[in-house]
Amino acid sequence: MNRIQKTFHNNNKAFVAYLTAGQKGLEYSLQSSLAIIEAGADILEIGIPFSDPIADGPVIQKAMEDALERKTTPEDVFSLVSKIREINHEIPIVLFSYLNPIIKKSDEFFKEAANAGADALLIVDMPLEESKNIHEKCFKNGLELIFIISPSTPKKRISKITKQAGGFLYYVCRKGTTGMKSELPEGFENKVREIKSISKLPVIAGFGISTREMAEQVTTVADGFVVGSYFVNAMGNSISQKDLTESAKSIKPCSYIYSVSGN
Amino acid sequence: MKSSILHSNNGYFGKYGGMFLPELLIAPMTELAKSLKIAESKSFQKIFRNLLKEYAGRPTPLTEVKRFAQAANAPRVFLKREDLLHTGSHKINNALGQCLLAKELGKKRIIAETGAGQHGVATATICAYLGLDCVVYMGACDIKRQEPNVRKMKMLGAEVRSVNAGSMTLKEAVNEALRDYAESYENTHYCLGSALGPHPYPQMVALFQKVIGEETRKQSIKYLGRLPDKVVACVGGGSNAIGIFSGFLEDDVNLIGVEAGGRGAMLGDHAARFSGGSPGVLHGTYSYILQDDSGQIADTHSISAGMDYPSVSPIHALLHDTKKATYTSVNDQEALAAFKLLSKTEGIIPALESSHALAWVMREGKHFQKNEIIIICLSGRGEKDLNRDDL
Repeated sequence: MNRIQKTFHNNNKAFVAYLTAGQKGLEYSLQSSLAIIEAGADILEIGIPFSDPIADGPVIQKAMEDALERKTTPEDVFSLVSKIREINHEIPIVLFSYLNPIIKKSDEFFKEAANAGADALLIVDMPLEESKNIHEKCFKNGLELIFIISPSTPKKRISKITKQAGGFLYYVCRKGTTGMKSELPEGFENKVREIKSISKLPVIAGFGISTREMAEQVTTVADGFVVGSYFVNAMGNSISQKDLTESAKSIKPCSYIYSVSGN
Repeated sequence: MKSSILHSNNGYFGKYGGMFLPELLIAPMTELAKSLKIAESKSFQKIFRNLLKEYAGRPTPLTEVKRFAQAANAPRVFLKREDLLHTGSHKINNALGQCLLAKELGKKRIIAETGAGQHGVATATICAYLGLDCVVYMGACDIKRQEPNVRKMKMLGAEVRSVNAGSMTLKEAVNEALRDYAESYENTHYCLGSALGPHPYPQMVALFQKVIGEETRKQSIKYLGRLPDKVVACVGGGSNAIGIFSGFLEDDVNLIGVEAGGRGAMLGDHAARFSGGSPGVLHGTYSYILQDDSGQIADTHSISAGMDYPSVSPIHALLHDTKKATYTSVNDQEALAAFKLLSKTEGIIPALESSHALAWVMREGKHFQKNEIIIICLSGRGEKDLNRDDL
């Protein structure tokens, strides 16, 4: 079993935490990652900053701008991953990227990501139809390729995506861009059920989840939830490691706080 | 279709093009791609062509500019007068086509990005004419330098949304339009202004702009008894160039695309994608882009807001690689000199974008054969550019 499979083993639910690498500096990203892991996050999603993040709302845009002003490169992100790996061997690490930095580094990207200890890759602007090449390179380097399902993804397409997808499916549960919202969108549960009826992969949901209530609601049907903008916003305000840990703990549903394997 | 190069292979022009978008936008964009069939249909084209004539003012003349040619030391030079169209540029061809199509698809709201404001004005105009809501995204820097066009859009009933991110120009305006579309696609059509972006836009915009080339070819044969030797157009995103080039793709005619050389050859100082860029993905399409060593999209600079963009149409990328067309650049100062020269010698104030094509003829004219015929696409008029201190 690989790290991602272990996480979802025995129907465990996963708390996925996102942060943008290089926001407030790489050392801050490292300490923040550790603080979030300490709070019981089950999967870490690390965003590689990109100049034109069209799928992201203002909070993550600002974080990426900050990281790029500090000249954060993909190489820096890999070194962040290996530093986290030195301390924590178990937590799955998913690299979240836009396509162009990957095209630019070509084969090296996959090698270096795998060597640093990343488990999977999620490429936000690479749909299934454009993924063949990347898929092969991921496979060669032992990286899972995570795919996104959206509210607009038709049934037929979900099963096509499922055939190519590795790790888990990421259900982006609403239209628009990333950002904090106070409730789940209409039709959420039905769509997750639809996805789960088609795919055996775990389904985690993200986009706008920022409270424990929402996380609990999500995980009644889904296998996990992603918290992104909420943490990124806090890090934008230079939250301390201690407060970040508390904040992450306050989101993680109590019902499975002790059921986490591996940490 | 006569020019097969304008017809993508499933969204691809050679290895360029594609639909590189977040999953959320794949379904709506696939729907839009299906509507290409409607746009190409006889019944749609009939309505479209009729409105191009009766509303937009086609066909546009082919004007010989003798005094300009003499000053430039060039042989016979003709201008394809897209500047004389309603709203002052070729952008109305595409805005009319897309908004008609959007209405056919039942969309009530149109969003657009704009750099120089010409596409924004054209879209706002057609929205007023067809009774559609219109929101235009424009970089804060462009709002400042193309202020007359901002006034026009507001007068026409459009909402202009200022974009403050990054370099505050066209690239950031496209980012915001895409984000809006991700939220609004159910009732909204994104009217993209150039032959750029994800499939089906490059093919769709080329379809609506090819009328420029068709007319130019006919006029050249009818009035000059032969085809031109050279056809020159500025290339920002590249829609006016694709429009005029498309009439001559099967012919032995030199096609020259002129990019913005800006203020220098360093990354960040220009928008010359073919000389300074390399293939990559931006805004949904694989084409030549200006980027740094880490694959971050570079800032661009041009005196002309409509040329100030780090990517270029995938159709031009293919024409470039297959050497069907050649691409070159002129700098800010050369463009400004051409702007002034055409105004003073011909009584025609060109847009700063189109001035790049004029400037190339000014620079190279002395090397042309004496009996050559040069046609320049005068893509727009320059009233919007008059509030500069250096004129």
